[in-house]
Amino acid sequence: MAMFEGLSEKLQATFKRLRGKGKLTEADVNEAMREVRVALLEADVNFKVVKDLISRIKERAVGQQVLESLTPGQQVVKIVHEEMINLMGGLESKIQIASKPPTVIMLVGLQGAGKTTHGAKLANLLKKQGKRPLLAACDIYRPAAIKQLEVLGEQIKVPVFSLGQISPVKIAADSLEHARKNGNDILIIDTAGRLHINEELMEELVSIREKVQPNEILLVVDAMTGQDAVNVAEAFHNQLGLDGVILSKLDGDTRGGAALSVKAVTGCPIKFSGVGEKIDALEVFHPDRMASRILGMGDVLTLIEKAQQNFDEKKARELEEKIRKQELTLEDFLDQIKQLRSMGPLSSVLEMMPGMGKQLKDVQIDENEFNRAEAIIYSMTPEERRKPLIIKDSRKKRIAKGSGTTIQDVGRLLKQYEQTKKLMKQLSGFPGVGGSGNKGGTKKGKKGKKSGPAKKSLFKLPFPF
Amino acid sequence: MAGIFNKLKEKLEKTRQGFVDKVESVFTGAHRIDEDLYEELEEVLIQSDIGVTTSFELVTLLRKSVKERKISDPLMLQEVLKEHINALLGEESPLYISPDSLSVYLVVGVNGVGKTTTIGKLAKNLQLQGKNVLLAAGDTFRAAAIEQLEIWGDRAGVEVIKQTEGADPAAVAYDALRAAKSRKVDILIVDTAGRLHNKVNLMKELSKIKKVIQREVPEAPHEVLLVLDATTGQNAIQQVKLFQEAADVTGIILTKLDGTAKGGVILGIQGEARVPVKLIGIGEGINDLKPFNPAEFANALFAESEEE
Repeated sequence: MAMFEGLSEKLQATFKRLRGKGKLTEADVNEAMREVRVALLEADVNFKVVKDLISRIKERAVGQQVLESLTPGQQVVKIVHEEMINLMGGLESKIQIASKPPTVIMLVGLQGAGKTTHGAKLANLLKKQGKRPLLAACDIYRPAAIKQLEVLGEQIKVPVFSLGQISPVKIAADSLEHARKNGNDILIIDTAGRLHINEELMEELVSIREKVQPNEILLVVDAMTGQDAVNVAEAFHNQLGLDGVILSKLDGDTRGGAALSVKAVTGCPIKFSGVGEKIDALEVFHPDRMASRILGMGDVLTLIEKAQQNFDEKKARELEEKIRKQELTLEDFLDQIKQLRSMGPLSSVLEMMPGMGKQLKDVQIDENEFNRAEAIIYSMTPEERRKPLIIKDSRKKRIAKGSGTTIQDVGRLLKQYEQTKKLMKQLSGFPGVGGSGNKGGTKKGKKGKKSGPAKKSLFKLPFPF
Repeated sequence: MAGIFNKLKEKLEKTRQGFVDKVESVFTGAHRIDEDLYEELEEVLIQSDIGVTTSFELVTLLRKSVKERKISDPLMLQEVLKEHINALLGEESPLYISPDSLSVYLVVGVNGVGKTTTIGKLAKNLQLQGKNVLLAAGDTFRAAAIEQLEIWGDRAGVEVIKQTEGADPAAVAYDALRAAKSRKVDILIVDTAGRLHNKVNLMKELSKIKKVIQREVPEAPHEVLLVLDATTGQNAIQQVKLFQEAADVTGIILTKLDGTAKGGVILGIQGEARVPVKLIGIGEGINDLKPFNPAEFANALFAESEEE
């Protein structure tokens, strides 16, 4: 993992001596490609896919002018990133809605990939878009799978069609009939998990397909899958003809190289990704963001979007001013904690930060810490919040008592506050983050105009741990 | 022993075919030991999910042995590689069973790896060995997880201690421990909800469950078993590390080895995290959970054609 975090840094080191040298030679690029190869492999991108990708990147990189604005390392990362986006299909793709309802969506995959959960998540999403989905319980093998779908259906108020443990082909056929009669414009068929080499069970899927003629056959793939992802995807695709992929468990800390592999061998777009245990934790898949994630560049765009939604621009500008003048008080600190938390669970916010992965790799993100920090600051007088330096032992004791914490906790918070001040000074000079030095190492350069101030401030958020 | 070996070999056939064929073709296709050969070998290892670091290490070890033992025949390399893989896998490590008192197993892992199914199989196996087994339905989060465990309990003829969905899993564990003690059960297996290892709160919940168990029976849990899906890539190493931090994992159960996944992840884990693999899942049947025997595993991986 560590190898990966450092890809940009490593490439930059490799290319350092090249700065202003003119063109990238084959030897230079070869050296860089070794790093890229290791990085992609560590991210679980399939070996053969890596090979192809590397040869394409090499072709583009050799002979390129070394630009003034970018370091050669950044330039190569940019090419790698672009090629990955190309491979993953550039644009987001949606569910094809049938001209004559119902639209039939069939979910297939290995055991434990998350078909049942994602069937419900998808139904929930489509319901929110005004559709009337029906879920069909065709997993007759796993104990309590039908019950699981029924419970989930109840949670999201979507009807579930089940006939117990009879032939899944019949259940699927009857569910289609049921959907037609009851005016359900979407039918989502949950099937049992199966190994792609189990001929009998694969045959069963083919029978279901023939019976109900789905508009979409979606393969649910665990984002943590390793090199085998290509075999699985290829087998399902060859036997069923897939239309798309749902990438599950993307809220883990995997790089998710399987995404690239699956797209490469099937040519099918990844349509959705599962990003949490909650029923609404399903997102439209963004290839460009995934490319950044695999490369360890952080999901800058998602972060910017979240920040735009939640960030109070005026406050952000005020804060920036204060940071510049180094006048950050504990009141600002409290504001920051609140704003940061309004963007969602901290862990997911941090994950999206480019370059943060490495720094925060071993840091446990404990949301309770924030509750405690808030309580401590609330127990201070306004004067103490503005001039934390006056807080000595007896004040600490009082604050600890008032906030239900210990003197050590108060001390720690004050220390964190000091560190944050320092960290922010560093962050304001962080290359490629909010500053104007980097003109395109990441995607944000392109979208920069639209979201200037919010984004700029965003990266100066304090991290109180 | 031979029976298990054959079954394992049969089940690992797919793994073997993929992996060994490739390794063998690397060796047999080459006329001499050179850089290309090493590079090709490295590629095969990486493709088996062994991981870049461990693959590099293995090849480095191989190079060293070649130099020290003055090996020049590419075919000899296979034996040497097997040796190194064997060494990496370490000794066999069976599940701990207390001879005279209650043994508690806590089963943990990310979502969808097969915890509940594995517990079902394990309960049956232990019961067949004449043990008195009790299960605790600690996955109170996933819809119908309790029912799923109950069905497995029925199949194995083992009782399940449960509360309702959404209940505190630590409380379920507590109830189960009380029941296990009063009923003089030999082995209590505690199921837990699948959780991604990077979710701090969920990992803390796990630590809490463990603490509650410990408070009731100081030396328990005797085993904290991490269930890993063999199709998982390099993230498995991260899983092992973080579950180890939260709950002191004592062993790994590697499931879904009956697919085409190469199982190389075991080597990657041993190379980086050093937690013994105790059991492997090689099929859907209730009997398809087997003790992991490192030597057997390596042998089955590298079984030569004359053994067939």
